[in-house]
Amino acid sequence: MKQTDLVIIGGGPAGMAAAIAAYDQGTRDLLILDREPQLGGILEQCIHNGFGLHRFKEELTGPEYAARFAEQVEKRNIPYLLDTMVLSLETGASGEKIVTAVNPREGYLKIRAKAVVLAMGCRERPRGALNIAGTRPAGIYTAGAAQKFVNMKGEMPGKRAVILGSGDIGLIMARRMTLEGAKVEAVCELMPYSGGLTRNIVQCLEDFGIPLKLSHTVVQIHGKERVEGVTIAAVGPDKRPIPGTEELIPCDTLLLSVGLIPENELSKEAGVELDPVTNGAVVDECRQTSIPGVFACGNVLHVHDLVDYVSEEAEIAGKQAALYIQGQAPAGKVFPVSGKDGVRYVVPQLVHQNAKPFALYFRVGDVYKNVRIVVECEGKVLLSRKKQKAAPGEMETLLLKEEQIAKITGPLTVRLEKEGD
Amino acid sequence: METKKLTCIVCPMGCPLEVTLDGGKVLSVTGNTCPRGEKYAREECTHPTRVLTSTVKVTGGVRPVCPVKTSAPIPKELLFQAMEEIRGITAAAPVAIGQEISADLCGAGISLIATAGIEKGRKL
Repeated sequence: MKQTDLVIIGGGPAGMAAAIAAYDQGTRDLLILDREPQLGGILEQCIHNGFGLHRFKEELTGPEYAARFAEQVEKRNIPYLLDTMVLSLETGASGEKIVTAVNPREGYLKIRAKAVVLAMGCRERPRGALNIAGTRPAGIYTAGAAQKFVNMKGEMPGKRAVILGSGDIGLIMARRMTLEGAKVEAVCELMPYSGGLTRNIVQCLEDFGIPLKLSHTVVQIHGKERVEGVTIAAVGPDKRPIPGTEELIPCDTLLLSVGLIPENELSKEAGVELDPVTNGAVVDECRQTSIPGVFACGNVLHVHDLVDYVSEEAEIAGKQAALYIQGQAPAGKVFPVSGKDGVRYVVPQLVHQNAKPFALYFRVGDVYKNVRIVVECEGKVLLSRKKQKAAPGEMETLLLKEEQIAKITGPLTVRLEKEGD
Repeated sequence: METKKLTCIVCPMGCPLEVTLDGGKVLSVTGNTCPRGEKYAREECTHPTRVLTSTVKVTGGVRPVCPVKTSAPIPKELLFQAMEEIRGITAAAPVAIGQEISADLCGAGISLIATAGIEKGRKL
């Protein structure tokens, strides 16, 4: 059995940043595992620009952002195994982690590690999760699958498309397909607002005159061998289609951009406690999960809008994994952190009473204007900040400083308050 | 006189902007909550530009295409013409990240840059 101090599962932006941070914290015996033939994860197919504005103060494309981190991995000679699929993660009798993986060169391999960083990213919600009526023809893809065909394989999935869901990947693909000569008939969004970034609505839809149909959904898919059209309809406040508003749009392709789900099959089997809202692990401010020595970061922990924050979070996980290996994991009382009054979730879900300064990442459940974000602990307000606009599509962050952490004596709550209340 | 409606993309606020134009000249911008919004609206109404990202065909590489971007934002009205030219370009592997793939897109002095390295080899 191979032996190493730290195994990082996933070589995307989270895995690479975690590996670099662990190395810089003194871990020299580490290994990245990734199932793709190159490092970089999903960024390799995200060829559009807009990555790294926070981190590097410039607009990079996905592959360029990934290359910045891959360079740092190479510079440190951090080993990685590509084309390597991790099959399972288990905890041994003495707390050691056993990672089982497979690749075409070595076949089946088992690696014993002192700590593991989970950085597997997320998956797209598929058609099966939507219950759309109709036949099952070819031509229905998730937006990310279509993105891989076009940007990595040089193949177009169709000529005339409807996109269901206005997540960022769907918006990006509306533009990409249009530039490649396809006609994108419409983007339908079930909610009365888009889940994508405003800049993507402007530059991917408005620039090309692609209609964004809010409060609309696809009610039926037509075609036997190949998609021949979809029927869309307006939905009411109850999200149910309104009879009489149906409209048939002829098309050969339906792209789905209806949400991302952290890819936690491995974590679940390993017995990591998951948060039912984020679908990712429950972690403390060090990004340690319910299994000591197992850390999680990036989209496998909770879905991020910006890769810059993935890198930031992964650096915390990597550094803390290194400290754990060195026997310097934080001890002391742990309190839960939760969201209420409009705050859907907060990461981390747990915090040490004597934590070092850390950031709270959270999302709101609806579109709000002129609100105040309040962080409370047993009736004491630790922090309160005014916010002109908050939307589910934009993750919020709040930094807690030493003087605020000093006031933590029990459970923390993050909530919204109407400004002026 | 005409009015144009825009959504500001400078920050996540997404202010709805209304621009009053006269023969292509911006007379006024309303709806913005900061000066950056006005600057954005003026540029967007007079000379909108975008960085174009796409792919070019690659021969002899581990992947059949290589991602590319324009080295600078290009006028919005040139996007489709640039795409037409990009479709006609084939690069030979190996391609290095940052390599210039085309020096003069649309005859406008815009260069096209590879945004990923594509190694030589059999397709994966």
